[in-house]
Amino acid sequence: MTAMHVEPTGTAVRQPILQARNLVKTFGRVVGLDGVSLDLYPGEVLAIIGDNGAGKSTLIKCLTGAEIPDSGELMVSGQPVHFKRPQDARLHGIETVYQNLAVSPALDVASNLFLGREERLAGPLGKIFRVLDTKGMRRKAKEELSRLGISTLQDVTVPVENLSGGQRQAVAVARAAAFGSKVVVLDEPTAALGVRESNQVLQLVRDLRDRGLPVILISHNMPHVFDVADRIHIQRLGKCAATITPESHSMTDAVAIMTGAATA
Amino acid sequence: MTQQQTAGPPAAGQADLAEEFLDRQTPLSRIRNILHRYPALSPAIVLLVAVVVFGLLNDRFLRFENLSLITQQVSVVGTLAIAQTLIILTAGIDLSVGAVMILASMVVAQLSVSNGIPGPLALLVGLVVGLGAGALNGFLVTRFRLPPFIVTLGTLNIFVALTLLYSGGSTVRGSNMPGLLTWMGSTFPIGPVRISTGVVMMILLYIAMAFILGKTAWGRHVYAVGDDKEAARLAGIPVNRVLMSVYLASGAVLAIGAWIQIGRTNAASPNAGVDLNLDSITAVVIGGTSLFGGRGSIWGSLLGALIVGVFRNGLSLAGLDVLYQTLAVGVLIILAVSIDQWIRKVKS
Repeated sequence: MTAMHVEPTGTAVRQPILQARNLVKTFGRVVGLDGVSLDLYPGEVLAIIGDNGAGKSTLIKCLTGAEIPDSGELMVSGQPVHFKRPQDARLHGIETVYQNLAVSPALDVASNLFLGREERLAGPLGKIFRVLDTKGMRRKAKEELSRLGISTLQDVTVPVENLSGGQRQAVAVARAAAFGSKVVVLDEPTAALGVRESNQVLQLVRDLRDRGLPVILISHNMPHVFDVADRIHIQRLGKCAATITPESHSMTDAVAIMTGAATA
Repeated sequence: MTQQQTAGPPAAGQADLAEEFLDRQTPLSRIRNILHRYPALSPAIVLLVAVVVFGLLNDRFLRFENLSLITQQVSVVGTLAIAQTLIILTAGIDLSVGAVMILASMVVAQLSVSNGIPGPLALLVGLVVGLGAGALNGFLVTRFRLPPFIVTLGTLNIFVALTLLYSGGSTVRGSNMPGLLTWMGSTFPIGPVRISTGVVMMILLYIAMAFILGKTAWGRHVYAVGDDKEAARLAGIPVNRVLMSVYLASGAVLAIGAWIQIGRTNAASPNAGVDLNLDSITAVVIGGTSLFGGRGSIWGSLLGALIVGVFRNGLSLAGLDVLYQTLAVGVLIILAVSIDQWIRKVKS
């Protein structure tokens, strides 16, 4: 529960929070990942782009424990880790917001934030009768939302199904970013959203970064990627074709690298 | 995206927003929002109206003896509805609840009467039968990923056959059983009303289950699993373990239902309770619990069971043929599901 997100940005040697080295993953004869490496530094937004079948999803699944790579290494804060299931990644502070929004529509905002990690009342009521600390969780949910700068969710007792698409996405992002997580992975967070709501989510991504929480963003939407990303990892044919920045390359360059028409 | 470029569509977007706000203001949609938030409210209103109307139609209806009779008639279906609610909340359905209960009741009765096993031990074995049946259903649903409808359609037949094979088709009369087994049928007075132990047991079960569903993490996980299984799994909820525990819990409730059934009918009959499977689903559906899972309240199911009981009793007091009772129940089911669909449109 300790909030340790804010890293000093001026440290001399920056250690990557998350590192991947030579990840290989094959599915039968299909090579999903062909030796991919990646570094994620504190307080940055790293976008991953690539055409369909370039290995974006497989890469993300390996980073978040949904797939086990055939070979290669993963390190969190310099320590080698082996994720066998998504829970393992979560225990190491890597939280994922899935494309299909893993929120429960009928449950309220606070219940969704604490889903799967509910807190019980102190004392015999909680220990013997396992009574949930609903009030406490609502209070903490409010605190966490305001700490993350999510102002669009005022009432944490509203069922998620009564929220707009952008607000739902905010709930999902808040759950990933809350409670001492180290890395937030967002899979196509703006795919189903309108213009205004997309902007809200992008602002949320910037806010997370400004609080020192690194974000991995998978997106097809080039303007969104170039809007928020600090660095862009371009996947092509199972390999990392290039890692560029929005300053060094234009959108056209990025698409050219993605499709193989150019190299970095 | 393209809509933004032309002059008209943005205005339409604005109108949409305004409409959303206006929509909240109309009295009808405000009612709908309230009903959506409190799923037990609509069956409560229906029950209240039904009691008032039947009370006006026939002055015998509101007499204490009659009201007491209705609660006793409802006690078995009401208990089965608890088990059914648990399953339906996880977006499943259990066609075997009545069969499991009858099987458990036959095992309990036979063991104590034919084998001379003491009452408490026989009841314990009944509990094991209920848990075993629940475990079988749960195992087939979670491990083989079969739809609950199919699983319980199969086990329904299996349990019915097992009951007949085990009992040889003969009824065990309550007068031969130890007093503990028929205790649920005994009544005691509270003021002018006679309450049966079985009704008290049913209400205790409702209170316990309402507490568990509303106040514990397990209860919240049951709703989450029924609401969106994949979302629950991604949130780190052990979906299969939750489902298994739901089937086990409902099996335990059914075993207690068997005890109530023996007391209520003062017998254990292999041919009883043919309608109980569907009646329990009826109670749950009329009680406002969604067949799609994740929505509903356990109290709604008690109200649903009471509504069916009140309609059957009231119509028969009004001197109508039994077939009209069945007709009324059919109309009630369709009305309840229609209201449920309408409420669901709060935001889609």
